[in-house]
This record gives sequence, structure tokens and C-alpha cells, in this order.
Amino acid sequence: MNKKRYERPTLRKMNTGLMNKFGTKTENEPVTHIESVSAKGLLKEYGSPLFVISEKQIRRNFQNASRIFKTRYPKVQFAWSYKTNYLDAVCQIFHQEGSWAEVVSGFEYDKALRNGVPGYKIIFNGPDKTDEQLVTAAKNNSLIHIDHYDELYALIRLSEEHRLKPRVAIRINMDTGIYPKWDRFGFNFENGQAWNALTRIINSPNLDLVGLHCHIGTFMLSPNAYATAARNLCELTWSVKERYGKVLQYVDLGGGFPSTNTLKGAYLPGTDTVPSLDQFADAITDVILGYGFSQEELPLLILESGRALIDDAGYLLGTVLATKRLSDGRRATILDFGLNTLFTSLWYEHKVSPAQPMGQQTEEMILYGPLCMNIDVVRESIVMPLLEKGNHVVVHKVGAYNMTQWMQFITLRPNIVLIDVENNTHIIRKAETMEYIDSLEVVPEHLKTINRH
Amino acid sequence: MRIRKNIAVSEEGFLFNPATGDSFSTNGIGSEIIRMLKQDKSTHEITDEICRGYDVDRLLFERDLDEFTALLKDYSILE
Repeated sequence: MNKKRYERPTLRKMNTGLMNKFGTKTENEPVTHIESVSAKGLLKEYGSPLFVISEKQIRRNFQNASRIFKTRYPKVQFAWSYKTNYLDAVCQIFHQEGSWAEVVSGFEYDKALRNGVPGYKIIFNGPDKTDEQLVTAAKNNSLIHIDHYDELYALIRLSEEHRLKPRVAIRINMDTGIYPKWDRFGFNFENGQAWNALTRIINSPNLDLVGLHCHIGTFMLSPNAYATAARNLCELTWSVKERYGKVLQYVDLGGGFPSTNTLKGAYLPGTDTVPSLDQFADAITDVILGYGFSQEELPLLILESGRALIDDAGYLLGTVLATKRLSDGRRATILDFGLNTLFTSLWYEHKVSPAQPMGQQTEEMILYGPLCMNIDVVRESIVMPLLEKGNHVVVHKVGAYNMTQWMQFITLRPNIVLIDVENNTHIIRKAETMEYIDSLEVVPEHLKTINRH
Repeated sequence: MRIRKNIAVSEEGFLFNPATGDSFSTNGIGSEIIRMLKQDKSTHEITDEICRGYDVDRLLFERDLDEFTALLKDYSILE
């Protein structure tokens, strides 16, 4: 006899009152495949939890962004933001598509070189550049974006000492009408600091001022802020030409374009509220094209977009470890990944789907990670089907920042798998092992045994 | 374990407690368990019957039944 499909008994108290004006439908379609590869099969082969990256989606995102900007402006160059995801395989996809590298540390700079990016296609940003790294970048003809006066004067000194003439730009911070205003990086536009720095560079025979850079924030929801930033950079570019007769080669608008993830505290989902890339492109290119540059002097537009190009290409697959009921009656589901693996759950309400077909019944629950830490919460409240121990789930849009900001804390970091354009799977970062962790530790001789005598 | 006499239970799985004014909804398995509790069946008998009809591990169902009956008590549906 065929037995009926079991589902845990539920009891839900009905609340009277006004209907939710957005209705009661919740998305709980199972996601059984990533591209055309079975989620269950992936977990069986590579273990749980598991990060999965779709090469096809990365290429689609890049080509889409490239088309959006290049159909509006003739000179566009993307530079892949290494900190967003610096797995070599991921960087290589962007480099194959034509991206330069945008790095913010010596470590990232070396990674870009090892990936085969020519020095002149590496943009070196950030407040932390040692003398040695500055000299290497200058020798490699990289674009050095100066963050502060100490760095500017160090670079002047080093260029004289080593008889170099590095290509430089300055990072500029400004009020674009958004909150919080980012003023910790670069030189300020409004108080004249940026102009003073530019003057100092132009008067230095050993520095070659080639462009201007800004990065106004992250997960920006206002295209107008980019229009303001573009206008300020154009104004400085124009002033440099007028005052010193120097034509700057590029304006670098940085990154900060959002993905369609939902920020914590947002009233509506990100898919409904996040402006399209077209709106950002319109805001930026309209300003530059309308500023009055001649065709030959039109600056190259550099974009350092990270999150918007990769977030939706990344998935985290995991397994339910247990379910329980809390003292106030709420359902709690414990997953085998937490804050240590899914760092972005600190600021996103991630979409989580069941990875297998489930019944129609749903319940509100808290999703906890496996850490023995009270803060380890993946979702504070989510409506999902009746999950049981052993069920699998898929977390969406996790491609940005997780695979760089994750922590080796309490558990080991899992495998990362790439699904290529032909749906073949490849491990692109191996799961950590005890041997790997151990290889970095050194125990002094007198602490090698527990018994002291 | 008995369902309180004043609790109204519908075929579709709705429960109403006239003493508190609270109403509840339950799923298919929940309805069957409540039906059997109304018939004064023991947890052992309920477990036997559910495990005969459904594809479920006995230990897992015992755990779910414990939790379900605890919830019914919390809501004052069980005596």
C-alpha cells in the first residue's frame, strides 16, 4: 500500500484585523536546480553547506552592464572590484570579459598580477599602500589613486628617489545629497582640499596626473547622487584643463550600484525598490556628455562596479539541522550555515527557498545558523514551508562579499563550486581542513603535551 | 489528554475556542490528530494509526506529536 506523504502537524492562531494590503502570498517555489544542475546532486557531491557560482550569470550581468553604458557613452571601461569577490576563477571571468582590476591592498594587487592582469590595467585604490607597494605599482605603470596627503607626499618622495613618474589620480569625497556622507576616503571637494591636492600633483615633475576618482557610497539607491558626483568630477576636469592646460584622461565614478537584495528594515523587497542600472547610466552619462567636452577630450568613464555584477550569480546551499519551538511558540529552524559563512545576513533579508518540493502549508519561523552564539541569525522572520531535519535550502544573491568576508569561526569554510556555461561543475575553492588550519599554527615545545611532568 | 468540550472543530481543520474567542487553523495531519483526540484515543493509538497511513518514521512522529500536543495545551485546547 502506498502511504500518504507526511507533513508535520501545525496549528496557527488566526489573527483578526485588517487584511495586509499586499496580500498573503509568499514565494515558496522550490528551487531544485541551479542553472540546470540539481541542488541535491551538488550537495551530495560537494557537501553541505556549499557556495555555488554561475559563470553564465556573471557573463550575462557583465555583458548587460557593458551594453547599458556603452550604448550611452563612447568610452567605457569596467574594473572588477576585487574585494567584492576575489576568487581567482571569478576574477578571470571578468578579465576575460574585458574588465581591468580594481584593488585596495597589496594582497589584492599581487592577486591581480598573478591573474595575469597587466600592471597598467590595475587601479590601486584604498588608504593602505606601503612604500614598497607604491614603488611596485609605479614601476608597473598602474593607476595609483591617492587617498590622503601622507600618501601624496610619500609618492612624491619615492618617485624622486626611484626616478619614476607614476600615473596618478586622487580620490575625491563630496556631498552628493545622500546619508551617510562618505568623507573618510580621499580629498574633499567642497572645502577645496581636492583642488589643492590636484595643484600639488600638477606642480610635481615626478607625478603624472591622469584622472579623477570618486566612490560615493555602497548599495546606493539614488541615481541623482551619481549625477552630482559626475558633475563635480567634470567641473574639476574642466578646471584642470582651463587653469593648467592639462587634459585628464578619465573620470572614475567608482562602484556602489546596488543588487536586488532586500536591505534589513526595508519596507518593500529590493526587486521593487532598487533602481535599474539604466537609470544610473542615464544619470552619469547625461552629465558627462552634456558638460561640453570636445569629442577628442571626452574622458574615459571607468566603473568599479562589484555587487551589481555578481550578487545574483551566487547561491548558498545548505541543510536543516533541526527544528524546534521557542518558549513563545515561534518555530525555529537551525541551518548548517550561519553568520560565519553568510556574512551578508547581517544587512540583508536574504531570500531563502526550499530546495525540494514541499507541501502548501507554511509557517513563520526564525532561521538560525549552527553557531553556539546568540547573534547567529540568518533571518529573523520568514514564512517557509514546514521544514524538517535533512531538508535542503537555497539562499539567493550571495555572490558579493560573502566569499571574501566570511570567517573561519567555529566551523570550517565550505567548498565553492562554479557551474560553467556548459553546466559542468568545478571546485574553485576547496573546503578547509583541519590540516590547513593546523599548518598555520605553531605550538611552543613546552606546550606540546598536557602532562607537564 | 482530551480536547476541551467547548472547543468547536470543523471538518476543514478550523478550531474555535468560545471561552477565549480565539480561532485556529491546522493542516491535514493536525485535523486527524484532533479527530482522534476527540475520540479519546491514546498517543500510542494515534501514533500507530498515523504511521500506518503516512510515510513517516515512528520516532519522528512521536516527537512531532509531543510538540503538537504541547502547543494545544498552551492554547488551552487540551484539558
